[in-house]
Amino acid sequence: MSKLSYERPFIQKLNTGSMNKFGTKTEFAPVTHLDGVAVSRLIEQYGSPCFVISERQIRKNAQNAIRAFKTRYPKIQFAWSYKTNYLSAVCNIFHQEGSLAEVVSIFEYKKALQNGVEGSKIIFNGPDKSEADLTLAIDNNSLIHIDHFDELYSLVGIMEGSSKKARVAIRVNMDTGIYPMWDRFGFNYENGQAWNAIIKILAHKELELVGLHCHIGTFMLSTSAYATAAYKLCDLAANIKVKYGHAIQYLDLGGGFASTNTLKGSYLQGADVVPSIDDYAEAITSTILNANFHQDELPTIILESGRSLIDDAAWLIGSVVATKRLSDGRRATIMDFGVNILFNAFWYDYKISPAQEFTHHTEDMVIYGPLCMNIDCIRENINLPLLNKGDQVVVHKVGAYNMTQWMQFIQMRPKIVLIDMEGKTHILRENESLETMMELERMPEHLKSVK
Amino acid sequence: MQINKNIAISDSGFIFNPSSGDSFSTNNVGLEIIRLLKENKSKDEIITEIVTKFSTDASTLDKDLGDFFLMLRSYQLLSDND
Ligand SMILES: Cc1ncc(COP(=O)(O)O)c(C=O)c1O
Repeated sequence: MSKLSYERPFIQKLNTGSMNKFGTKTEFAPVTHLDGVAVSRLIEQYGSPCFVISERQIRKNAQNAIRAFKTRYPKIQFAWSYKTNYLSAVCNIFHQEGSLAEVVSIFEYKKALQNGVEGSKIIFNGPDKSEADLTLAIDNNSLIHIDHFDELYSLVGIMEGSSKKARVAIRVNMDTGIYPMWDRFGFNYENGQAWNAIIKILAHKELELVGLHCHIGTFMLSTSAYATAAYKLCDLAANIKVKYGHAIQYLDLGGGFASTNTLKGSYLQGADVVPSIDDYAEAITSTILNANFHQDELPTIILESGRSLIDDAAWLIGSVVATKRLSDGRRATIMDFGVNILFNAFWYDYKISPAQEFTHHTEDMVIYGPLCMNIDCIRENINLPLLNKGDQVVVHKVGAYNMTQWMQFIQMRPKIVLIDMEGKTHILRENESLETMMELERMPEHLKSVK
Repeated sequence: MQINKNIAISDSGFIFNPSSGDSFSTNNVGLEIIRLLKENKSKDEIITEIVTKFSTDASTLDKDLGDFFLMLRSYQLLSDND
C-alpha cells in the first residue's frame, strides 16, 4: 500500500466573528514557474538564493510607459535611472527601448559610456560632480543638471575662455503639497533661488540652458503633485521666454512613480492604491499642454522613472533554512536570503509565494533572513502554508534598488539571472566568492601569520 | 500526557472543546495524532503508527511532534498529568 503524503501536524484556533487582521487575501497560491521556467530548475542550476530578471516584463513596462505618454503628448523621452538597477544588461534593455542614461555619479556615468551610450545621451544628475567629472561631461556634450551654486560656479570657471558650450539644466525643488518636501537637491522655486540660478546661467554664453529638472520624491502616491511640479517648471520656462527670449528645450519631471509593491504599514495592498502610469501621464501632459507654449516651442518631456519600470520585472527565489516556534507561540521561518540582499524589505512588505503545492492549511509567521543580526527580518507578519526546511519560495517585485543597494554583510551576494524573450536563461552577475571578496584586501607582511 | 477527552473531532479536521467553547482546525496528520492520543497511545507508539501510514521518517516526525504538542498544550487540549 502506498503511503499518504505527509504534512507537518498543525492546529489553529478558529476565531469566529473576528476579521482576518491582515485584511485582504492570503498569499499562499504557489508560483512554480517564472516566465515559463521552473523555480526548482533555476535553483538547481544557479543556486539558492538567486535574483531572476524578466526581459519580457522590462520591455513591456518600458513600452507601456512610452505609450501612456506618447498618446497624450508628442515629444517624450525616457531616461533610465541607473541607480535603480545598473546591471549593464538591464540598462541596455532600456537603452534598446530608446531610453537615455540618467546617472548620479562618475561611476554611473562611466558605466553608461562603457555600455555604449553616446555622451550626448547621458543626463548627469547628483550633488557630487568634481571638476574633472564636469570637464569630461562637457567634452562629451552630456546634459549637466546643476544641483547647487558651487557646481554652477565650478562650471563657469571651467568654461572661462573656452570655445565650447556646456549644455546645462538646473534641478529645481519646490513645494508640491507633499510632506516631507525634498529640498536638499537643486534650487528652490518658492524662495527665488531657482530664478537666480537661471539668471546666472543666462549671463554666461558658454552655458546653454537647455532644460529644467525636478525629482519631487519617490513612491509618490499623488498624481496632483506632478501636476503642481509641471506647472511650476512651465512657469519658470514661460518667464525665461518672456524676459530673455530663450526657449527651454525640455522639462524633466524626474522619477518617483510608485510601483505596485505594498508599503510597510499600509492597510491596503499596493496594487489597489497606486496610480497607474496613465494617471501620472495625464496629470503631467495636460498641465504642460495647457501652459501656452508656442506650438513650435513645445518642450520635450523627459522622465526618469526607476522603480515603476523595474520593480515587477524581477524576483528573488530562495529556500527555507529552518522553522521554529518563538516564545510567544508565533512561528518563525528562516530563509537563506535576508535584508543584506533585500534592502527594500525595510520599506516594503514584499509579497512572498511558495514555489510548490501545499494543502489549504496556512499559518501566520515571521520571516527572518540568515544573518545573525536582529534587524534581519523580511516580513513581520505573513500568512503562508506549512513551510519546511528546503522548501522554495518566490519574493515578488524586487527589481528596484535591491541589486544596487544590497550589501556584502555576513553572507556573500548571489547570482543574478535573466530570462530572455525566448525563455532562455543567462547569468548577468556571478555570485561572490571568498576569492572575489579577497581581491581588494591587502595583507601587511607582519600580519601574514596568525601565530 | 493526557488529551482532553471531551473534545469533539470531525472527519474534516474540525475540533470543538465544549468546556471552553473554543474550536480549532487541524490537518490530516494532526487529526490522526489527536485520534491516537485519545486512544492513550504513547509518543513512541504514535510515531510508529504515523510513519507506517504517512511518507515521513521518525526523526522528522519526532521534531514536528514536539512542536505540535507544544501547541496542543498552549490551547489547553493536552495536559501533563500522566
Ligand atoms: C534624480 C533622480 N531621478 C530619478 C530617480 C528614480 O526614482 P524612482 O525610482 O522613484 O522612479 C531618482 C531616485 O531617487 C532620482 O534621484
